[in-house]
Amino acid sequence: MDMDIRIPIGLLFAILGFILLAFGLYSANDTELYARCLGRNINLWTGVTMLVFGAFMLFFSLRKKKTL
Amino acid sequence: MVETFSLSIIDYAIMAIYFIFVLGIGWALKKYMKSSTQFLEGGRSMPSWITGLAFISANLGALEVFGMGASGAKYGLMTAHFYLIGAIPAMIFLALFMMPFYYGSKARSVPEYLKLRFDEKTRGFNAFSFAIMTVFASGISMFALARLMEVMLHWNFHYSIIASAIIVLVYTYLGGLKSAIYNEVLQFFLIVIGFLPLVIIGLQDVGGWQGLTHQLDIVAVNKGFEAGTWTSTWKYLGSSSTNPMGVDWIAMFMGLGFVLAFGYWCTNFLVVQRAMAAKSMSAARRTPLIGALPKMFLPILVIVPGMIAMALMSMPEKGLQLIGNNGQTDYNMIIPTMLVHYYPTGLLGLGITALMASFMSGMAGNVTAFNTVFTYDIYQSYIRPGKSDAHYLKVGQFATIFGVAVSIGAAYVAANFNNIMDLLQLIFAFVNAPLFATFLLGMFWKRTTGNAAFWGLITGTFAAALHYSVTIAEGKGGWLAHLVEYPSAMAQGFWTAIYAFTVCLILTVILSFSTKQLKSDADLTGLVYSLTPKTKDEPGIPWYDKPVVLAVIVGAISIILTIIIW
Repeated sequence: MDMDIRIPIGLLFAILGFILLAFGLYSANDTELYARCLGRNINLWTGVTMLVFGAFMLFFSLRKKKTL
Repeated sequence: MVETFSLSIIDYAIMAIYFIFVLGIGWALKKYMKSSTQFLEGGRSMPSWITGLAFISANLGALEVFGMGASGAKYGLMTAHFYLIGAIPAMIFLALFMMPFYYGSKARSVPEYLKLRFDEKTRGFNAFSFAIMTVFASGISMFALARLMEVMLHWNFHYSIIASAIIVLVYTYLGGLKSAIYNEVLQFFLIVIGFLPLVIIGLQDVGGWQGLTHQLDIVAVNKGFEAGTWTSTWKYLGSSSTNPMGVDWIAMFMGLGFVLAFGYWCTNFLVVQRAMAAKSMSAARRTPLIGALPKMFLPILVIVPGMIAMALMSMPEKGLQLIGNNGQTDYNMIIPTMLVHYYPTGLLGLGITALMASFMSGMAGNVTAFNTVFTYDIYQSYIRPGKSDAHYLKVGQFATIFGVAVSIGAAYVAANFNNIMDLLQLIFAFVNAPLFATFLLGMFWKRTTGNAAFWGLITGTFAAALHYSVTIAEGKGGWLAHLVEYPSAMAQGFWTAIYAFTVCLILTVILSFSTKQLKSDADLTGLVYSLTPKTKDEPGIPWYDKPVVLAVIVGAISIILTIIIW
């Protein structure tokens, strides 16, 4: 097998998730920014989701390396 | 006034990181592209979860996303038919009954199967029409992306065309089909995460599902339909006059559910190619079934935003204005408009990246299907047969460049249609609808002859064009006469498909009885149902990997979903 696609997917989601999470924390008090999305910090929540998904992909890639 | 916004550094960073990964995947696969099989067929080595996600992702191009968003607004939840009756039965049929012939025979493409089963001219017709269709589809994707970037971000139209062409070219040229498939999987996840927040926030904004239903009831009544028309699927299909789509249940069931769906999912090499790249027969058969699982839930991502937008547009206090509407409503702009309306800096970058990803997957899917058909079915058959594999690998790479170059031309041609989905339906109806009759007869009736298949196919395609020429809907068609007027272009498309299929089926049967079968039973082994040993699963695969078990699960879930949203 050439390349485990879970690694690039996991990495991309982890990196983008981290960026959104960090930006979400940084801008947490910026009510003007989040006025358009009903005051919810959706950067933060999307970031967390992506980070978890990315970690999940990487975890499975490492654990099941032999089977693929 | 259209909402003003601008991208910040963080949005651009997200885009840039994504494109680095896209190109990186192509780059990393470059060293494996040593044979035409690796480059054009992905080496037939991939597990089914990858090919399964690519199977639906290749179809989840931006045209699909925009068209479905537009239809979600215009027709409501009824659009979900494209994801249930218009996809699932066909995907199950492909997995259980047709994949053994595609994967089990020596065919490397759908046209090549036609060559083995029928004759050279049937393959030639299919190969050429398919090749034209793929470049055209890729061109439309490119055009739509560039126009969107122009309207939304004020990017230069020509630069966008060139930039998207180069990115797709680089990763498909470097890594071939495998690179396209891997990127489709990546794009699939990105599209899901990029659009999901939109649905959640949008639903909250209209007051949840109940608020949405309430608001769409008002919209429906204002348009002269019963309340509830926008939030049901089969309920108002009794007659074509009681629903905004203008189709009745016969047209829906036969036109979309049978002819168009089976024609698309079972014979379109663009999607079948993904399954053929799987590592084993059972993996190939699982591919459409694994794809079907997320497919059934995609309406939440692509149709519900359209419905939300429709509701919001009827609530002036919400201030939703479609991007780029010069006095008229361009429903295709719904998804991008909603992204801009709701997404703050950061998530906006992700949303736009997801949009770009879906454009790219639409383009790359077509380009990789084109280069395979061009190399094996056109070049190797008609231009230079009998060369070394290294030669065909070179040709495949050249065809990739050629395909992208022609798509750029097609991008500049494509412009005049309001609802892109209608145009695609039209093309599918002309080329794909009769095709399924040919495959059905070819795979399950050994008497079907090559001459019958060819002339049946030609006449079926001609019948489609003729039907379109003598009927009119929304001002389209009717070049020759106005015998029938359909309430919508969609109804016209469904009926065009039904006529084309019927003409092809009947004519092929008649001609098969009156022409000689030139193929012996031995020639047809592995290509026709009655002459092929029953496909057995590889020994020792767990129950959940068995195609039949998966098919039952997929079928059951789709029936439950259909009842829930009846």
